[in-house]
Amino acid sequence: MIREFGPNEIIFIAMAIRWTIALSAIAFVGGGIGGLIIALMRVSDRPVLRALALGFIRLFQGTPLLMQLFIVYFGLNIVGLPTSPWIAAGVALTLHASAFLGEIWRGCIEAVPPGQTEAANALAYSYGVRMRNVILPQAARIAVAPTTGFLVQLIKGTSLASIIGFTELTRAGQIISNATFQPFLVISTVAVLYFILCWPLSLLARRMERRFARATAR
Amino acid sequence: MRNGLPSHSRNLRFNSMANMNANGKSHPPAQMAQGATAPAIEMIGIDKWFGGFQALKNVNLSVQPSEKIVICGPSGSGKSTLIRCINQLETIQSGEIRIDGKALASDAASIRAARRDIGMVFQQFNLFPHLTILENCMLGPVKVAGKSREEAERIGRSYLERVRIPEQADKYPAQLSGGQQQRVAIARALCMQPKIMLFDEPTSALDPEMVNEVLDTMIDLASDGMTMICVTHEMGFARSVADRVIFMDHGEIIEENAPDAFFEAPKHARTRTFLGQIA
Ligand SMILES: Nc1ncnc2c1ncn2[C@@H]1O[C@H](COP(=O)(O)OP(=O)(O)O)[C@@H](O)[C@H]1O
Ligand SMILES: [Mg+2]
Repeated sequence: MIREFGPNEIIFIAMAIRWTIALSAIAFVGGGIGGLIIALMRVSDRPVLRALALGFIRLFQGTPLLMQLFIVYFGLNIVGLPTSPWIAAGVALTLHASAFLGEIWRGCIEAVPPGQTEAANALAYSYGVRMRNVILPQAARIAVAPTTGFLVQLIKGTSLASIIGFTELTRAGQIISNATFQPFLVISTVAVLYFILCWPLSLLARRMERRFARATAR
Repeated sequence: MRNGLPSHSRNLRFNSMANMNANGKSHPPAQMAQGATAPAIEMIGIDKWFGGFQALKNVNLSVQPSEKIVICGPSGSGKSTLIRCINQLETIQSGEIRIDGKALASDAASIRAARRDIGMVFQQFNLFPHLTILENCMLGPVKVAGKSREEAERIGRSYLERVRIPEQADKYPAQLSGGQQQRVAIARALCMQPKIMLFDEPTSALDPEMVNEVLDTMIDLASDGMTMICVTHEMGFARSVADRVIFMDHGEIIEENAPDAFFEAPKHARTRTFLGQIA
């Protein structure tokens, strides 16, 4: 039976937005933790840590997100874990975000003038104090805008999780599209919903970028 | 004393000369090293390479407690490198550095322990821009020396008082003039209660009208008996404060002498050329 594309269908799609948000949040929080570790490894004094982090970043920057989703999805099966779209999408997007945020934040840490590290060292601060109290707070200000920009990418990237069967916004759209045979209308609706989610963030990122540019110009 | 010995063997002797001036008789260097007052800083045969470039060549320097040393020399002669080796911002390839008679070690804990006794002031101030003036001063006492916040604040305010800017405590570095920022940097270093202070061209980045306020702070510190090594081309400061002036060129200590003799009768042609340029 062919369904009409009516209010119920729109509500069904709109409700799926929470899974897009949930998956984005998991990947962003997980990627935030992973990214901080990767970024700190990248600026470490130890060549081994630097090389490991660089390899991780290259791997995830050099392969499509879709392949990363597939590999984690099927890889879970191989290591004997249940093949769940939730776990696979969560893990794959977390690793993906870790690599990208790691690289973004490495740049932000390195943008803090080297004199700050020297002053902290000369004052006998430990590594922890130097990072927590001196370097990272300054890097964080630089990082706000590019990090928000990456969050927008990440939200859009979650749409690929539909392919491994994760029912988020895009997959909900496909389901309705298959039932109503009105793909153009349905997918357009989905796109509008993504836009409503991402556009304010993009605006925010741009505004923060401008504010930062002004602050550093002073 | 002022004969033509090669510079590295002369260094230790000049050191004892400072002592001799004070008490009227000379001691051989070996005796000094073992005595109750080990040198505050002793650099023995230091070589420093940046890749294939040798920035320090067999540098020997001994600094007694409370002694004030001024280092001058052309840009790129290794002045910064020399003092940065003392607090291990740079690693040396050969030689030995002793602080209070104790050889520096290269493990992280020893490096930090040694740095606690050595304050450093940089040309570019290097204040932490996201912290207030008082927070800049308190961070070390709280996080490194383990003091309570109240105690750290008391220490911070007392040193801001000493550098004569207590009223700026709650401002951020960017709100201060260069001279004020440099005085905060001095206060921040003093809050760690160091035994030695290193200054790397502390007035070179300042507008001329702010140079004196920083020099006055340094003179004040010197009169308190702080052991100081100052890289500076401020010759007035060198004359009034320094026990010895050292001239470096191409990574070597070329000449060192008491300030009057150094400025009035430089022995080496390179020193004379240099003094002619900065005068
Ligand atoms: N990190 C570094 N890497 C390579 N060369 C350096 C580095 N730091 C200093 N140098 C070189 O060492 C020499 C001495 O530098 P420096 O001690 O800063 O001189 P000064 O303070 O007397 O101007 C210069 O030729 C400089 O280019
Ligand atoms: Mg220098």
